[in-house]
Amino acid sequence: MASDGRPDRRGGLARWAALPAIAVTLALFVAPLGVMAAHSLWARDGGATVASWSLANYREFLGNEALLAALANSLEVTLLVTALSVIVAYPIAWVLAYRVPRRLQRLALVLAVLPFWTSYVIRSYSWLLVLSENGVINQVLLGLGVIDAPVGMGNTRGATVLGFVHFFVMLLTLTTFASLVQIKESYRMAAADLGASPLQVFLRITLPLSLPGVAVGAFLTFVLAIGDYVTPQILGGGRELLLPQAIMLQVARRADFPLASAMSVVLMLVVTAAYLAFAKRLRMDRV
Amino acid sequence: MNRNRYEATRRTALAGAAGALSAAMAGFGGRRAFAGEELNALVWCDHTDPALLAPFEESTGAKVNVKDYEGTGTALSLVEQSQPGDWDVFVVDSVDVPRVAEMGLLAELPDDAFPWGDIFPELRQPDLHYRDGKLYAVPEKFGYNAIAYNRDRVDPADMRRAEMMWNDKYAGRYAIYDYYIPTMELVGLGLGVKPAELTADKLGPIRDKLLRMKTLAAVVGDVVTVQNALVTGAADIIISGGEYAVSGLMTENPALDWVIPDEGGIRWGQAIGVFAASTKRDLATQFVQYIVGAQGQGLLATSSCYWAMPSNRTAALDAGQKLTLRWDEQPGFLANSHNYFIPDAALDQAMLDVWTEFLQA
Repeated sequence: MASDGRPDRRGGLARWAALPAIAVTLALFVAPLGVMAAHSLWARDGGATVASWSLANYREFLGNEALLAALANSLEVTLLVTALSVIVAYPIAWVLAYRVPRRLQRLALVLAVLPFWTSYVIRSYSWLLVLSENGVINQVLLGLGVIDAPVGMGNTRGATVLGFVHFFVMLLTLTTFASLVQIKESYRMAAADLGASPLQVFLRITLPLSLPGVAVGAFLTFVLAIGDYVTPQILGGGRELLLPQAIMLQVARRADFPLASAMSVVLMLVVTAAYLAFAKRLRMDRV
Repeated sequence: MNRNRYEATRRTALAGAAGALSAAMAGFGGRRAFAGEELNALVWCDHTDPALLAPFEESTGAKVNVKDYEGTGTALSLVEQSQPGDWDVFVVDSVDVPRVAEMGLLAELPDDAFPWGDIFPELRQPDLHYRDGKLYAVPEKFGYNAIAYNRDRVDPADMRRAEMMWNDKYAGRYAIYDYYIPTMELVGLGLGVKPAELTADKLGPIRDKLLRMKTLAAVVGDVVTVQNALVTGAADIIISGGEYAVSGLMTENPALDWVIPDEGGIRWGQAIGVFAASTKRDLATQFVQYIVGAQGQGLLATSSCYWAMPSNRTAALDAGQKLTLRWDEQPGFLANSHNYFIPDAALDQAMLDVWTEFLQA
C-alpha cells in the first residue's frame, strides 16, 4: 500500500520483477547447497553414495583429530593472510587515494591489479619457482654471499601465506581505495583546522570512515582464502593439511562425497560465522 | 526420445564389435566409413596428446573429442552429470574396471578383437578386466610406483634398496607422491608386507614409518608437485615415483632416472573400454583397437602428458625411448612388482585415516 492508502502498483511490479533473480538464486545457490547438505547426511557404501540419513559423517569429522587440525590450520592461515593483506594493502590504497595525482590514479590502479590478469595457477607456480632452491631469491642471496647454501622457502606454510597475500592485497587495495576516495576532504581539513595532528586526523577521521571498505575486502579475503585449494596445494608442499585439501582428499581419492559434503558444510558454517562477525562493518554502498 | 538408442543388447554389441574388427583389419575402416563422426572419450591426460589422436583421425576421418579427468571419482561424477550416449570411450584404472563394469557403464568387448599375444601376460588380469567371463576393458598402459631420482645428487645404488625411503642420509631431499594406496603399499613392501597381505593390523608399522618419512620429506604432493620439486632442486628423490614422473623430463634433464627397489614395486595399470550407452560402438571399438595396437601403443607410451610402459610388447618405440623406459629390465620389473591392490572399504578407510594423520604430522 502507498502512504495515502492506495494500492502501490510500483511495489507489486517490483516484486514480480524480482522473481527471475529469486529463481536464479534458488536454482543456482540454494538448491545446490541443499543437495550438499543432504549428501552430508547420507552414507558411502561400497564406493557408492546411499541415501540413508544419519549424522555419521559429522561424527567422523569431529572425531578425527587430523581433520580437526586441518580446520584449525585453515583458520590460522586464513586469519594470518587476512591480517597481513590488510596491513599491506591499506598503505597502498592510502597512497593511491591521497598522494597519487588524480589523473594518474586510474593508471596506478591498473598497475596494482595487473597480477589479477594472469592465471591463478600460473601465479602460484611462479612463486614456487621464485622461492625454490634454484630460484631468483636464493641465487641473489648466494651471489651476495648472504647465505652459503640455498634455503628452502617453497613448500612451506610461509610460501602459502605469501602466495595468498600477493593475491589478496590487490583485492583489499581496491575496496579500501574505493572507501578512502569517498571520504570528503572537508572532514580532514576541518579536523586539521581544529588543531588535529596528521596522525589524529588519520586515526579519528580517515581510518574509521574507511573501515567499511577494509571490512568488505577483509571478509572477501577470508572467504576466498579459507575455501582455496590451489594455493596451499601448490605452495604448501603438503607439509600440512588445510580443510579444502582434506575435502579434496575425500573426493578425488575415495569418492567419499558424503564425508566431503559434511566437511564442506562445516566450512560453510565457519564462513557464516565470519560473515556475522563482519556484518556490522559490511556496507557495500561504501565500496 | 527413442529409448532403444540407449538399450543396445549384447547381440548388437557383438555385431558392432565384429564389424569393427573387420573394419580394423581393413585399415580402420577407411576415411569414408566414419568421416564427420565424432567420438567422445573420457580419458587420463595422456590421451589428449594430439600426436596420439592424429593417426586415428586421419585413418578414419572421425574426430576424437577428449576430456581428461584426475581420478576415477571425478570421472564417475562427470558420467553421472551426463546424458546416456554422451560418452563413447572410457580410459580407467584397471583396478576400477570391476566397479565400473558392475555399475553397467561398460560395454562387452569381443575378446578376439585385441592382440592378446602381444600384451604382457601379467597385465591380462582377468579378475579386473573380465566379469562373468566377458571382457569389459583392455589393458593399455602400465607403470610403477617405485623410486624416481636425480642421479647427480644421490647414489643410484642406494635407490635400489627400500630402506633408503627413510634414511637420514637423504633427510630433506625427499618428495612423496600423495596417493595413499600405492605409496603405503610401497612402504609396506619395504617392510616385507606384500600388498595382497595388507590388513588393518599391519598398518601400525607402516604408519610409524610414514611418520618418520614425513620428518625427512621436503614435499608431499601430487604428480606435478613432486615433479616440480625434482626439477627445481627442492627434492632429489620421489618416493612412489617412477617412469611416469620422470621419463618425459629425461630429454631435458638426463640426470633424472627411476628404478624399482630390490624389495619390489607397485604396478599400476590403466585400461580402455567402450561405454555401454555409446551410440558409436563400432568407431569406439576401433579406437580401442588403435590404442592397443603397435602404433597407438608407441605414441601412448611417450605421450606428452606422461610416459609409461605400453601394454603391447610390439609398441613402436625407438632405441632412446626404450632406454628411457628401461625396456630391457621389464621382465625383471614385472616379476618383481605387485599389482596395485585396492583395499576393501574398511581397510581403505583405515589407510586413509593413517594417511591423513601423516599429511597432518
